[in-house]
Amino acid sequence: MQGRITELNGPIVTAELPGIATGEQVHLGALGIVGEVIARERDEAIIQAYESTESLCPGDTVEALGHPLSVELGPGLLGQIFDGIQRPLEKLFSRHGDKLPRGDNEPGLARERGWAFEPNPALKEGQHVAGGAQLGTVPETETIEHRILVPPGIEGELLEIAPAGSYNIENVIAHVRDTHGDIHELQLFHRWPVRHARPYKQRDNAVAPLLTGQRILDTFFPLLKGGKGAVPGPFGAGKTMVQQQIARWADADIVIYVGCGERGNELVDILETFPNLTDPHTGRSLMERTLLIANTSNMPVVAREASIYVGVTLAEYYRDQGYDVVMVADSTSRWAEALREVGGRLGEMPVEEGYPAYLASRLAAFYERAGRVETLGDRRGSVTLIGAVSPPGGDFSEPVTAHTKDIVETFWALSKPLADARHYPAVDWTDSFSGYAAVAARWWKEEISPDWESTRAEALALLSQADELTRIVNLVGPEALSPAQRWALEGASLVKQGVLQQSALDPVDSYCDPHKQVALLQAVLKLYDTGRELLSHGIPVQELLRQPLLAEARRLKGLESKDDADPIADFDSRAENSLAELRGQYLRQQEGSA
Amino acid sequence: MKDIEYRCVDAARGGLMFLRAVPGVGLGERVRVVDSHGQERTGQVIRATEELLLVQVFEGTDHLNPEETWVRFLGEPFHITLAPGILGRVFNGIGQPRDQRPELLSNLRRNVNGSPVNPAARAYPREFIETGVSAIDGLNSLVRGQKLPIFSGSGLPHNELAAQIVRQARLPGEESDFAIVFAAMGMSHNEARFFEENFEASGVLGKVAMFINLADDPVIERLILPRTALTAAEYLAFDRDMHVLVVITDMTQYASALREVATAKGDVPSRKGYPGYLYSDLAEIYERAGRIKARHGSITMVPVVSMPSDDITHPIPDLTGYITEGQIVLSRELHNQGVYPPINIPPSLSRLMKDGIGKDHTREDHPRVASQIYASYARALEVRNLASIIGAEELSSSDQQYLDFGSSFEARFVGQGAEEGRSIGQTLDLCWELLSQLPRQELTRVSEADLARYYVSEREEAPAA
Ligand SMILES: Nc1ncnc2c1ncn2[C@@H]1O[C@H](COP(=O)(O)OP(=O)(O)OP(=O)(O)O)[C@@H](O)[C@H]1O
Ligand SMILES: [Mg+2]
Repeated sequence: MQGRITELNGPIVTAELPGIATGEQVHLGALGIVGEVIARERDEAIIQAYESTESLCPGDTVEALGHPLSVELGPGLLGQIFDGIQRPLEKLFSRHGDKLPRGDNEPGLARERGWAFEPNPALKEGQHVAGGAQLGTVPETETIEHRILVPPGIEGELLEIAPAGSYNIENVIAHVRDTHGDIHELQLFHRWPVRHARPYKQRDNAVAPLLTGQRILDTFFPLLKGGKGAVPGPFGAGKTMVQQQIARWADADIVIYVGCGERGNELVDILETFPNLTDPHTGRSLMERTLLIANTSNMPVVAREASIYVGVTLAEYYRDQGYDVVMVADSTSRWAEALREVGGRLGEMPVEEGYPAYLASRLAAFYERAGRVETLGDRRGSVTLIGAVSPPGGDFSEPVTAHTKDIVETFWALSKPLADARHYPAVDWTDSFSGYAAVAARWWKEEISPDWESTRAEALALLSQADELTRIVNLVGPEALSPAQRWALEGASLVKQGVLQQSALDPVDSYCDPHKQVALLQAVLKLYDTGRELLSHGIPVQELLRQPLLAEARRLKGLESKDDADPIADFDSRAENSLAELRGQYLRQQEGSA
Repeated sequence: MKDIEYRCVDAARGGLMFLRAVPGVGLGERVRVVDSHGQERTGQVIRATEELLLVQVFEGTDHLNPEETWVRFLGEPFHITLAPGILGRVFNGIGQPRDQRPELLSNLRRNVNGSPVNPAARAYPREFIETGVSAIDGLNSLVRGQKLPIFSGSGLPHNELAAQIVRQARLPGEESDFAIVFAAMGMSHNEARFFEENFEASGVLGKVAMFINLADDPVIERLILPRTALTAAEYLAFDRDMHVLVVITDMTQYASALREVATAKGDVPSRKGYPGYLYSDLAEIYERAGRIKARHGSITMVPVVSMPSDDITHPIPDLTGYITEGQIVLSRELHNQGVYPPINIPPSLSRLMKDGIGKDHTREDHPRVASQIYASYARALEVRNLASIIGAEELSSSDQQYLDFGSSFEARFVGQGAEEGRSIGQTLDLCWELLSQLPRQELTRVSEADLARYYVSEREEAPAA
């Protein structure tokens, strides 16, 4: 179907295209700029363009492509960097140089590459197969076995399956005849419209924590595999760092990193460092499990909105293969702003701060695509979604942050005062929350430490007591505090500096395994508790505050544990001895003077 | 069509012209406008329908009589002419000479809007630039290819600081090898003269390309000026292999111009009347800084952003902070105390510092000592706050030490003066000298090895008896 452009207003194009469906893709002008129909009014289609509309003229042609915005799903996705509509950026770079071209509609997956296909030995020709059935496997990377599944919606008799061998993604590897007698040719890849969630058999409860190796996240505000979380914070507070740390260290099978309206250099950082980093869980290069989607802040705004859906569709595709997938989106605020921009140009009625009324429902629908599921092929897989939120002026009451807070279960609130003091990660222990703590507790109790819950509770209580005491000090001065209260301030400071602060740049401490997380926190709390006991014997608090152990406790997290040396256990026993000695000395002194 | 002149102007207001459509005119196309006095102006098509064209006129629409105005469509988007001779020259926002010298001659012309850089083409910036300013080099290091704005306020010495950076910036141990692109919007004649004299005095005038729009020049020209200037910078960096330092001042003037045109167009406002696309628009400008794979040159950008009523949460500094790779924030309080440069340390940040400092770049202890200074200064500010409530005499002796540390840090480290340029080694040594005012066990962000090597304990200082 062909039509004609009648109006150009930035990325919004009006065209005469009678009979076209909303959601359908179009090519604009002689260059073939990609766009999507977002509304129809009589014979006029309103189109959002994913590329700059510069130099298009009223009267130029529009060509309808007959399908909605879709992605290609098959081997060859991992390790790649795509733009917001799945164009392979490395390939565009080698073809066009430094700047992004317009109208080059290179498909997402490389056609030329051959893949070693191994058919599923359990399948027999003549057998009945349905969506999710495994046709075979392809080794996509050293660690990820790509499972070739019958696409959702196809069901029937398996007529033929290809023998083991090398195939490119367009080669037909199976024929299936459906109940109407139609024969489907299945290839190593298929297409899926990004705005439709991929189907699954049923939802399953999330049961395991997503371990990120970051103490404030794992121990204090846990997220589950299949959960939904958000990281709001003002600029420079550390949202991107948190998400990059998760991309680096999380115990997921696949990581999808969506750079949505953020900096180009942040993606380059990943592209340059991940290939040389090893996944602590598999020992392989991190890039083998990572996939990047980039619509940086200088790239066309409208594709920003699409990039989030492209990312989550790829995530669901690997989930359907039985993998635990994490998708981080930096930043969902830019996605919301893209919605606002398109809404504004369409003359829609804005409700709050210029955002359209459907902002909350779009956000909720997006986060609903997270979850742990039983797949069509009876596997267990999960999609965990983590969105950064960038509130204007750092004000958490603005619409995107406020709605996100209502939707997610884990909320890592980043604080400007903490970031200004270089307390990283700047996760605020008062404003953050996790609705998954009870489920996570079960896992920690069974796998790591029976006392996890009480340790965590004690630390949180100490932190909030200290916040209260700080308020008092700021009103009336430190002299108003009892020795026990002054020691509580020191205890909280030990927890903050010795446990919560964790530099992503520290080679040892960047990742902290769950055993170390618990051991460190327990060692610090034990030091605090022992001190409290000494105070009750009348030992002056100044005496305790003078102990060199306190500085040591703050450095403990950065000491490397080797096979023969466990610095935490070592510290723990030395602390015990030297405090016992202090107590002995003091008691003898008192007896002497009595 | 390039040669046909049309008399098709229906209306002109607020810098915009409404024209009856001419077939075949594309979005973004450059337009030449001749008014009734024969004066030429330049415009650009920003909206096009089959009946109507909307053109923004960079010289504004004052004194335009629609019936007697002729327009010519140039058949291409906005281009500027590029040649090595742009260095040493002064242009206006649309790239015409303002220095009474002839137009540049060259076949090389580029679209000022450029296309976005492919993220896969970028190279990560990691080369430390020594600016000679301790508060920047030591705590908020700048690297080649970074965009690091100065957040300032009216009356604060951002111009002096920008000029000082231009004068002193170099790779450690090397002579300065920067070419400079200077883009000024809404600047007063005095300020412009200040910069010119500064460039002249530091002998860089021949290495500067200036793009100037003064306070009494047309407002709408400010919308294209940074794009013109950055197109020149890209040419110098990526065609001519130069390291380019771009100083843009003042982005707040740019954003006001954008708001003015957006309001005239009827765009939906978001915060404080600025259009919702301000973020993306600013990003198109800022993201042109950087490095490109396999290219020798680089674009390092130091934009000046003034914060209306010193408010860092105002949309312009706020959105800038969300795009740039950190910010240097100036403080009125320090300025009033006579500290120069009055850099407010806690809210200042350089995000690219992590890969440009330490072993192989500056000095091995740099990352830890910087982090320690931040932590100790944050504590000093807390104590100062406490002292203002309960009185300094009530403070514990350790808190007293923090108070003293805070004052000498501001006076000696931050307040280094306009003339002094310090090497990074001097800056780091000064960090240690100041930290040594604090008890050793308070310094837990540095390692034991750092302390053994650099901490100056009083005992060691005392002459051996
Ligand atoms: N866990 C961490 N360890 C060490 N440094 C950190 C950590 N988190 C943040 N930082 C520091 O803070 C800087 C800013 O962090 P980041 O870029 O993640 O902020 P952001 O919240 O994403 O900001 P924006 O909204 O502008 O993108 C980093 O460049 C780094 O220097
Ligand atoms: Mg970020």
